[in-house]
Amino acid sequence: MKIKVMENILSSNDQLAEANREEFNRRSITVLNVMASPGAGKTSVITELMRRLDGEVAFSVVEGDIASAIDAEKIEAMGVPVLQINTGGGCHLDANMIREAVQELQPPDHSVLFIENVGNLICPSAFDLGETLRMVIASVPEGHDKPYKYVYMFETADVVILNKTDLMPYINFDRDNFIQGVRALNEKAPLFEVSCSTGAGFSELVAWLKKQIR
Amino acid sequence: MHEYAVTRSIVKIVAAEAEKAGARKVSRIHLVIGDLSTIVDDSVRLYFPMIAAGTVAEEAELVFRRIKAEFYCKQCGKNFIKPAHGFECPVCGNLGMPTDIGKEFYVESIEIE
Repeated sequence: MKIKVMENILSSNDQLAEANREEFNRRSITVLNVMASPGAGKTSVITELMRRLDGEVAFSVVEGDIASAIDAEKIEAMGVPVLQINTGGGCHLDANMIREAVQELQPPDHSVLFIENVGNLICPSAFDLGETLRMVIASVPEGHDKPYKYVYMFETADVVILNKTDLMPYINFDRDNFIQGVRALNEKAPLFEVSCSTGAGFSELVAWLKKQIR
Repeated sequence: MHEYAVTRSIVKIVAAEAEKAGARKVSRIHLVIGDLSTIVDDSVRLYFPMIAAGTVAEEAELVFRRIKAEFYCKQCGKNFIKPAHGFECPVCGNLGMPTDIGKEFYVESIEIE
């Protein structure tokens, strides 16, 4: 006998993500799911944003990493509450990990929670965490072809950041081709070009983030 | 890339459906997977026996129906199959925009005894 099922394979994650989202909405917490390849500058962008908005809003951070606590230590050094999730080789964070992390971290109402996902442009895009916004970071040394290869990541981004723009003169990076690829997949997401080393582009990014805070 | 988690979900969904139907055994599982979902069939097949062991689905055969990703070309006003690299329209060369075709990711049906 054949039984029709028609159930999305990740439906249990999606249900948990929706429950997370309801709680974040109820408590007016702005949650950014930060995704990028390893080394694109996720931690640097997060710490630079927190530094520039210090005193204006409360922050907390969930650090997803395969095994280390290096990034979490950097956040802790800033005096920001941080919870490290080691996925033990797992390639992504899921909604259940975030539910447990938030129970422990207890971010205050009207605060901003950064979730630094595992460095990977494929898997994290498939797992909804209940975030308010998906922040996707690419960096100049990775090359301009990233949107052409990682379609779903760029398609579902709510904001795209191009980091390490200070390296543009030294690297064969076709900026127009990169922007064209992002725009073909995603007409709406604002795109910010920044450098964590020089601070270039951050005032615009900070102004954007301030508008997202609830 | 994350087939372990995916395979676990498949087994969970199938076991729940089989239980509802009072099945003794699940003989076949039909999956519909779009090419943009980045799931490798062989990898799911590798994990399946380990994860399904001891469940009603342990002897089930996995049947994959793959769906090719389609992009929409604004200039030509129609869909095209996404080439292996990038998403240029094969007719006019402009970049297409994504559609929902190619993102399918669900358990379509099960065959039970």
